[in-house]
Amino acid sequence: MATTSAPLAKAPPRPSARGIGVALLLVIAYGIVPLIGTSYLYEAILTPFLALSLAALGLNLLTGYAGQLSLGSSAFMAVGAYAAFNLSLRLPFLPLPVTIVLAGLVAAFAGLVAGLPALRLRGFYLAVSTLAVQFFVAWLLNRVGWLSNDSPSGIISAPPLVVAGLSFEDARGRYLFSLTVVALLTVLAWRLVTSPTGRNFVAVRDNETAARVIGVKVARTKLLAFALSSFVVGVAGVLWAFAYLRTVEPAGFNLDRSFQILFIVIIGGLGTLRGAFLGAGLIVVLPLLLSRFGAAVLGDGFDSGTLEMCQRIALGILIVAFLIREPAGLSALLDRAARRLRRRS
Amino acid sequence: MNVAVRPHLVDGTRSVRLPSSRQGSRSGIVAEGAPFLAVEGVSLGFGGTVALDSVDLSVGEGEIHAVIGPNGAGKSSLINAISGLYAPDSGTIRIGDDRFSRVPTRRLARLGVARTFQNLALFKGLTVLDTVTAGLVDRQSAGLAAQILGLPHARREAREHQERAEAVIALLDLAAYRDRLAGTLPYGVQKRVELARALVARPRLLLLDEPMAGMTATEKQRMSGDIRAARDSTGATIVLIEHDVGVVMSLSDRVTVLDHGRRIASGTPAEIQADPAVIAAYLGLAFDETVA
Repeated sequence: MATTSAPLAKAPPRPSARGIGVALLLVIAYGIVPLIGTSYLYEAILTPFLALSLAALGLNLLTGYAGQLSLGSSAFMAVGAYAAFNLSLRLPFLPLPVTIVLAGLVAAFAGLVAGLPALRLRGFYLAVSTLAVQFFVAWLLNRVGWLSNDSPSGIISAPPLVVAGLSFEDARGRYLFSLTVVALLTVLAWRLVTSPTGRNFVAVRDNETAARVIGVKVARTKLLAFALSSFVVGVAGVLWAFAYLRTVEPAGFNLDRSFQILFIVIIGGLGTLRGAFLGAGLIVVLPLLLSRFGAAVLGDGFDSGTLEMCQRIALGILIVAFLIREPAGLSALLDRAARRLRRRS
Repeated sequence: MNVAVRPHLVDGTRSVRLPSSRQGSRSGIVAEGAPFLAVEGVSLGFGGTVALDSVDLSVGEGEIHAVIGPNGAGKSSLINAISGLYAPDSGTIRIGDDRFSRVPTRRLARLGVARTFQNLALFKGLTVLDTVTAGLVDRQSAGLAAQILGLPHARREAREHQERAEAVIALLDLAAYRDRLAGTLPYGVQKRVELARALVARPRLLLLDEPMAGMTATEKQRMSGDIRAARDSTGATIVLIEHDVGVVMSLSDRVTVLDHGRRIASGTPAEIQADPAVIAAYLGLAFDETVA
């Protein structure tokens, strides 16, 4: 049965099965992948996958759980990345984890400010106001040279990833670094969405009037959702710039990126944490599959321009298909497949 | 009658059971003295249409007070004004010791007021357990960090709130739906879930906007039993809107009749049934329908 709404904590018939699944994934991610991975796997697939997953996870807290549509995700990624860059440049004595947390807090503050219109606006109108944030941040980063340390091109290289003397500079190190950050924040996000505060998020999303009547502080809840979401998205921005791109530049955080993150959330499943990972996996793997497939079918005629066009078409079709056939995303598909398997066994 | 015995709502436990017959509500639990809810001269208009025209309503503590009237008489407007969703153009509303020209909705829970909605207002993405527990949101004191880190006091509070929710779920026979998403349940069950969400905080004033709309006779009967049991055990003052005159007459201590935004009568069910103005405006028609 397709439900358009997402459960806060849909109690699975066997909760232990989920625990085992997560543990298994962590064992593979920490124990097996680092042994067999190639630097192509780390750099082109896993690290961007992790950063995008985290960004989608953050947006999902806001849009999927609290029901506030945002088109400004990449602006918050940019705020996080630039904050981390400036903190490490100007306060070099700070350990990297502290820098990242502070950068997340700066992004959270930006999110709080960006969330103020949500107290008056809803849905489409709110989305437009977050779009304004997107353009404002891009303008600010281009305009204020100090933010990029007066680099003439606006492009700056990221500081080395070193924690307590341990270097995470090579491809595998950057993957493991990202993995650790993402795993920690995912646990915190899971704690959040299963907490009374997470319940308030869903209450505000599903019926704001009823939420207010039972005593949910609606304005506070919305702003909290913006701040917490932006914290996570900001940290994702740090990973994107420091661990994946190795440079910090405004162009890496344009409107396309905001849409990409929103699409990940929609395809993966609104209001589910694993949806962020499923969606990000698809978005990262899809271009690679398409280029392999295209090269095999069309041969030399399949250049990068054609590839990009095919990607956009395929993505567009996917989104429309999901919105019509399965608004709850890949996550719901997975649920249904699991149920079918269980019934058969 | 299958609703004759309902578990008692004392501190959310089921330890005490009281019989509550259909006549039980008339037996004089109504407190004398100052009313708990007093609506005085409240008027409300929507761009030329008059929804409420200087309406008075006085409800004693622990009373079950029905508001009846034809469609468009202003019944829901009255409930919405009492819960602050609408701002009256004039008049005052007194709840307990507090007097308002506009009731602050965000303080409703703090004031001990809970309500249900005519067209269900559930959180369709929450399970029944979470929905009912959410009714205690105003009692939430653990901070965000404590919740996320699972500090002892946050866990204790979560456990206590869950226990209270479970008690109300058991009371309203919702245990079978405990882990289902509220949005996926049958209509009548959703109505009971909404009542459970309102009851869990043990409100002093409960506003029920057509709690039995669209229900079968059996469902109405058990909802009546539930409402009466809630009043008998918590002493809550209850204002309800209902169309089924038979239900209204057997359930209510007092009845107020609205027509075209004006109060045309107020009194005991017997007085209302005998009131010529009421018969002319409403009851004659409704009785004919009920009989037929």
